[in-house]
Amino acid sequence: MNAPAYNFAYLDEQTKRMIRRAILKAIAIPGYQVPFASREMPMPYGWGTGGVQVTAAILGPADVLKVIDQGSDDTTNAISIRKFFAKTAGVATTTATDEATVIQTRHRIPEATLHANQVLVYQVPIPEPLRFLEPRETETRRMHALAEYGLMHVKLYEDIARFGHIATAYAYPVKVNARYVMDPSPTPKFDNPKMDNCPALQLFGAGREKRIYAIPPYTKVVSLDFEDHPFEPYRFNAPCALCGAENSYLDEIVTDDKGGRMFVCSDTDYCESRQAAGHHGSLSAAPYKEKAQGGTNG
Amino acid sequence: MVDHAALENDQPLLVATSLSKSFGRIAACRDVSFALYPGEVVAIVGESGSGKSTLLQLLSGQLAASGGHVSYRMRDGVARDLATLGEAERRFLYRTDWGFVHQDPAQGLRMAVSAGANVGERLMAVGWNHYGRIRETASDWLTRVEIDTARIDDAPRTYSGGMRQRLQIARNLVTEPRLVFMDEPTGGLDVSVQARLLDLLRSLVAELHLAVIIVTHDLAVARLLSHRVMVMKGGRVIETGLTDQVLDDPREPYTQLLVSSILPP
Repeated sequence: MNAPAYNFAYLDEQTKRMIRRAILKAIAIPGYQVPFASREMPMPYGWGTGGVQVTAAILGPADVLKVIDQGSDDTTNAISIRKFFAKTAGVATTTATDEATVIQTRHRIPEATLHANQVLVYQVPIPEPLRFLEPRETETRRMHALAEYGLMHVKLYEDIARFGHIATAYAYPVKVNARYVMDPSPTPKFDNPKMDNCPALQLFGAGREKRIYAIPPYTKVVSLDFEDHPFEPYRFNAPCALCGAENSYLDEIVTDDKGGRMFVCSDTDYCESRQAAGHHGSLSAAPYKEKAQGGTNG
Repeated sequence: MVDHAALENDQPLLVATSLSKSFGRIAACRDVSFALYPGEVVAIVGESGSGKSTLLQLLSGQLAASGGHVSYRMRDGVARDLATLGEAERRFLYRTDWGFVHQDPAQGLRMAVSAGANVGERLMAVGWNHYGRIRETASDWLTRVEIDTARIDDAPRTYSGGMRQRLQIARNLVTEPRLVFMDEPTGGLDVSVQARLLDLLRSLVAELHLAVIIVTHDLAVARLLSHRVMVMKGGRVIETGLTDQVLDDPREPYTQLLVSSILPP
């Protein structure tokens, strides 16, 4: 079987045109959820079928693709999507944020500042920010149409009433271009400020829910809050154990069953490039120590 | 200034002119006209299927009339035809100047969010953005409807039927509406709870100078709350007048039947 079995980037050209039309509309109306005829992809829902379709529609032969999953370049999801496009589109892939022109992401925005020639494609499980408060789709659409967003504050109110502060830590609702309230996909709220006035184009694809939305470059994105409970990005109060970074988003990793834990950058590319540049954290040697316990060196 | 206020009260708040609604061949509401003045409570009574609820939906703009129209005097003093209001305006009216108390509190409340947020929702919808003030107002309203403020963070699904109904009333009144529609507000409650609720409603209506259109099949409710009664049968208003006049000295045979069918206590 020598003839290519797939069109460039897997999807046929008509499908890509359909998705591009949806993307153009989404860019024209920042934050508005554009319905599109989402296709079945060779992966299960929840693994990024929406993001993959958006990436397939915008990918060109000269593009350099980076795929991250929870900030990491080397999880199963990230690797398979990267391989998928390497195989079906033959595009160059990278793990370096700077070199990529298209970055497909699940749950994180890279730490490195994005630039104008990049497109960030988010995988979105549930695009509707009002969903868990208002189950009727007809009603939520009407609320978006009339910009009735009081209900969004009800959610934040509930948080404060229960926990004393806004406890929503991810999928924190934002208002785009002073009009549409948008779910930024389950990114931690730490990443919300990065969406504001971002030079890169941000596209959101929800495959199961069949919606595409977008934030055009340099668009105002405001996180919702109360006057007396302002929005605050959350971060563990520790430096990265591997690279010592003080301002990156951290993952908590449990290291033993005695309460031991370490905090490391969730953005692996950021962490590795810092380590390569000579930065060190308190536990930089930890992985080697564990290997020693395995008994190879006695 | 006093004259101005008097003038305000002299003009009707809501005017219905020959309202009718038919569903296919069935005329649910025929040629209903009346005017409602600020601070006035009107009860619409009649048996099931007499068109009470249809009339309420027509008056509150939830249903488009087949004929006739309803005009409402907005807060700026200008009377507007409800049919000409845009959807955004109508919905704004709904959550500011109007209230709607459903028979089933689950329809009017968000059962899964706390009582405080239920009351605060309308405030947040009109742009209140200060948690402390919203909460203060909410707890103030809970006190006014006799709900223990210690339960402000409990969801209404943990409330009893009577408490839910009182919470629904608080949620509707928090934006200080001028007109409240009530659809069988005491339906499904036991007698002692009903009495307490009616008592509460009566004092709130007087205190806030509310205009109320209340649909009920319970003549005792009509007698306790309303100033005027409209008796409906087969989609028509067959008798209307002051409450005590209609209930003590009914003119129409049907009204006489209604009144006489109340069991003596």
